[in-house]
Amino acid sequence: MEVTPLIRMSNIVKRFPGVVANDQVNLDLYAGQIHALLGENGSGKSTLMSILSGLYRPTEGNIEILGEEKKIDSPSDALANGIGMVHQHFKLIESFTVAENIALSQTSGSVLISEEEIVEEITRLGKKYGLFVDPRAYVWQLSVGEKQRVEILRMLYNDSKVLILDEPTAVLTPQETRELFSNLRNMADNGCAVVFISHKLNEVEELADQITVLRNGRVTGSIGRSEINQARLIEMMIGRDIITAYEKSEPSDKEPVLVIDNISALNDMNTLGLDGITFKVRAGEIYGIAGVSGNGQRELAEVLAGLRHTLSGSIKFYGEEIAGLSPKGMIGRGISYVPEDRLGMGLVPKLNSCDNVILKEYGSEKFSKGHFLKRDAAIAETQRIVREFDVKMGSIFQPVKMMSGGNLQKLLLGREIASKPKLMIVLYPVRGLDIGAIESVHKLLLQMKENNTAIILVSEELEEIAKLADRVGVIFNGKILGEFPVKEMDTEKIGALMAGIVGNGGAKA
Amino acid sequence: MKIRLEKSLAQNKTSQILVPVIAVFMALLFCGVFLAVTGRDPFEVYQAMFAGALGSEYGISETLVKMIPLALCGLGIAVAFRMQIWNIGAEGQFYMGACGATWVPLTFPNLPFVVMIPFMIFMAALGGGLWGLLAGWFKTKWQVSETITTLMMNYIAILWVSYLVYGSWRDPKGLNFPLTAPFPDAALIPTFGALRVHYGIFAVLLLAVIFWLFFKGSKWGYETLVIGSNPVAARYAGMDIRKNVLLVMFISGAISGFAGMVEVSGIVGRLQPGISPGYGYTAISVAWLARLHPIAIVIVAFLFAIIHVGGFMIQTMGIPSAAATMLQGAILFFVVGSEILTQYEIKFSNKEEAQDE
Amino acid sequence: MSETLIISILAASITAGTPILFAALGELIAERSGIMNLGVDGMMLVGAVTGFMITVNTGNPWFGVGMALAAGGLLALIHAYLTVTLRANQVVSGLALTLFGSGLSDYLGKAYVGMRAEHTFGKLPIPGLSDIPIIGPVVFKQDILVYISYVLVAATAFYLYKTRAGLFLRALGENPAAVDSVGINVFRLRYFYVMIGGALAGLGGAYLSLAYAPSWLENMTAGRGWIAVALVIFAIWDPWRALAGSYLFGGVDALGFHLQVIGLPISIFILNMLPYIFTILVLILVLIRKGGRLASPQALGVPYDREER
Repeated sequence: MEVTPLIRMSNIVKRFPGVVANDQVNLDLYAGQIHALLGENGSGKSTLMSILSGLYRPTEGNIEILGEEKKIDSPSDALANGIGMVHQHFKLIESFTVAENIALSQTSGSVLISEEEIVEEITRLGKKYGLFVDPRAYVWQLSVGEKQRVEILRMLYNDSKVLILDEPTAVLTPQETRELFSNLRNMADNGCAVVFISHKLNEVEELADQITVLRNGRVTGSIGRSEINQARLIEMMIGRDIITAYEKSEPSDKEPVLVIDNISALNDMNTLGLDGITFKVRAGEIYGIAGVSGNGQRELAEVLAGLRHTLSGSIKFYGEEIAGLSPKGMIGRGISYVPEDRLGMGLVPKLNSCDNVILKEYGSEKFSKGHFLKRDAAIAETQRIVREFDVKMGSIFQPVKMMSGGNLQKLLLGREIASKPKLMIVLYPVRGLDIGAIESVHKLLLQMKENNTAIILVSEELEEIAKLADRVGVIFNGKILGEFPVKEMDTEKIGALMAGIVGNGGAKA
Repeated sequence: MKIRLEKSLAQNKTSQILVPVIAVFMALLFCGVFLAVTGRDPFEVYQAMFAGALGSEYGISETLVKMIPLALCGLGIAVAFRMQIWNIGAEGQFYMGACGATWVPLTFPNLPFVVMIPFMIFMAALGGGLWGLLAGWFKTKWQVSETITTLMMNYIAILWVSYLVYGSWRDPKGLNFPLTAPFPDAALIPTFGALRVHYGIFAVLLLAVIFWLFFKGSKWGYETLVIGSNPVAARYAGMDIRKNVLLVMFISGAISGFAGMVEVSGIVGRLQPGISPGYGYTAISVAWLARLHPIAIVIVAFLFAIIHVGGFMIQTMGIPSAAATMLQGAILFFVVGSEILTQYEIKFSNKEEAQDE
Repeated sequence: MSETLIISILAASITAGTPILFAALGELIAERSGIMNLGVDGMMLVGAVTGFMITVNTGNPWFGVGMALAAGGLLALIHAYLTVTLRANQVVSGLALTLFGSGLSDYLGKAYVGMRAEHTFGKLPIPGLSDIPIIGPVVFKQDILVYISYVLVAATAFYLYKTRAGLFLRALGENPAAVDSVGINVFRLRYFYVMIGGALAGLGGAYLSLAYAPSWLENMTAGRGWIAVALVIFAIWDPWRALAGSYLFGGVDALGFHLQVIGLPISIFILNMLPYIFTILVLILVLIRKGGRLASPQALGVPYDREER
């Protein structure tokens, strides 16, 4: 296997405005090898593979294919060079058949499409690699696992030698995951180089021949199968930062005001997003939820906001069962949701700050009288929020989409805080903000805690959780895998849980 | 030097007014070219149009007459469009309104004016409103595109009126023409003296102001704005999208229905086929050009009425009135095309920009 | 009802349905590519008037047809520019073009109203085939444009379902990003298909002025362009169903003429309503059956914006 690497990425640097996504990354991919890219969100692994698959162009660095330097300018370029990528969100046309979708990947060829030929080829490939799908089936009829198989078949149909899969097991059942793993092994044995992007340690351990770990855009280590050591991997993934918890008031010993008991819910792909999740929160407590994004955080928030149905389980808020209530119902009970999608959900981009401030409360006595809105009250409140939360903008009458990320978040939080909620669930509050803004937001959250609000803080930054939270729960695959007071927080423990490892060393989640 | 179009975040007021005005001028230019190519002097034609429409008492009266249904339908359409509900069924809702209004004097010919007129208005609004509501219901229940259903329902409504007027509603004394009996005086909206302009014009002004106030400052106006602008945020905020779709379609239809009543009662005095020369469709242009602003709708309706009446008048010069329709169409597509300019800024740069993705 | 009457009605259904069929095929193609063109009626009108004018002036109806195709295509070019490049609202743009097209055709055709064209398309029975009982005179005793329409339907269906280009056309309307990602120019393709749509609409109009009537009258489409738009939905974007639907709609037309003879107690107005009612019902049924999605091309009506990547 010690030949010229199929792919060699050298000194790859990728800069976006304000952030270096890949910093001097080197990666070698060999035919016949399953190579895992391990790291958290924001580690740069997806960016790196986006470069390889032609979606982005590197700011610096080059790519060699079998020793020859090549420029990959577009996804079709990549495909022509034998590189294919299966993304988390499939790019299939639902109303087409499997065969038609695969035919779509070839722009040149015969004028006429012979369905028989394509079907034949798909069946042949299916047998060879163990990827069974009915080529004549319509994509909308397929299960998620089958759809993924179609994406893989598409690459194989185009003679891809490098197959990149981005978090492929996120949408699969355990059974489908087993099948996928054996298929991938098959493909590697047939001479392909398989790249497997993941944050799930146990899967990576099981499958990979080589593991490269990325953190903050850099390679923190690359080890072979024989050298696998969980603790080392976790350290490479998350680092050995010493986390100091802030001094903050002791969490009250009162009864929990929010009791989430065994809640299950579907995600947007119609697979299980929440899988019997259970935890409790008290008033005046910040409950931090740590975990790699995509493990059910958003679904949890939407359930609490009334935007998503639950399949089973119960949610008690101040003793009242609230699972299944409408958004209005949740808002009416003092539950506030600060979404990660600020401009897409939390605010209306075209409208100005005043119009956004009254978004949830426009019907209340505070802002309306009879059929009409109290404009002055809205303006006054907006000015107050701007002052108190130090929101910077051109004018409160400008569309909010003109505001910077930090100020948007402050406005959003300011509005939510001004509504004096009893429970707040806030997702990734400081994503994309500068230091100053981060501090302000954190202060605001702590202030709310002092005001006896129960807060669920969902974050990817362990530091942030350590600073703010009283207790931490680690979410993985729609469950809280482990929970403990922040004082007992330990990177190793948390890192393991975030990667799906329960208990000490090796047991599968 | 490079010229780039960059998506601008600001929507400054000047560009919002300037751009439609420029579009109108470009349309005048464009049609002017057509006129010139076919051997006419565009300046002469345009001048005659304006003179014909505004140069005499008769002309102004006619222009106002045409403005009324355009403005009313335009207001109705704006209510729906504001929420991004593409109701293009104003024409059919107009007909259903006219139908509902006609039912009253035909069934109760002896009602006094003070009862007859309000009753007619009520039935017209109900007729148009229900017609619109039906399309709204299809949308909320089965996600059927309102564009298509309202379009189809236009035809059904127009045929329905013909059916009635050729059938059971036909005036027995009408020499077999497809007309209803003429309305009793109590069912007619009074006019200004001998002119054809009728009191319906007050309704236009009143409704324009009411809608302007409601759009700006009411809870419901706010809701529709949010829903139309960002339905995800609307849901997040607890707004009831379904209820609003139905309500908006009803109101939109009701206003166009009211326009039908006003036309049938103020101008024609009876129900007959072809009671609308496409007001419902032209009103879409009006609403769009006015950017859904109620006061602007009245102004633009007036403009389109000028073009329409002017077009009529220039027939004496041997120019087909079709030129007016061409102009209206051209204005609309220049406006539609120019919208991109309100969203984008033209940026000039002297250096090479860094390589983008 | 006598056999001759049935044959007469059926044959008339085809003739009446043909202009709609041309326009519907064109609209079907445009919508498959993702662009809704409500300017069909206006394009039919300019096609009709152009075809007529050219035929009168040159004595050759084929020139007329050719120019009608060009006229429709040109008008569609404006729509394509507005909707594809300028990403404007497709509904309003289409309406603008119908408005403009009707005004333009009216304006240009003023001098030609009431004229007779010397050379128009007459019936051209196909020897042999036209003698088959019942089907013969109905299907094979039509004018040449009708025969062309038969071929066109088959060709469109073949193109859509059997060729690579057709696959991409269908993909364009479902997921233009997928097509873009394999390196195909979405914008250029959409321009192409929208213009074909307009050209075919123009052809449908020319059929009216050169074969059906034949003459020029202002607004002679009598809203057939809108029926064509409805028909595309009724046909669920499939050429063969569009064929069936056109003749159904044409049949309603034909039946109308013959109503008194048949003695059917339906008012002609109610009869004329049926196609529109059916369209709505069909649309609802399709949406119910497929669970709300997948009935129409998913990307229909949405301007393609590449920046989103």
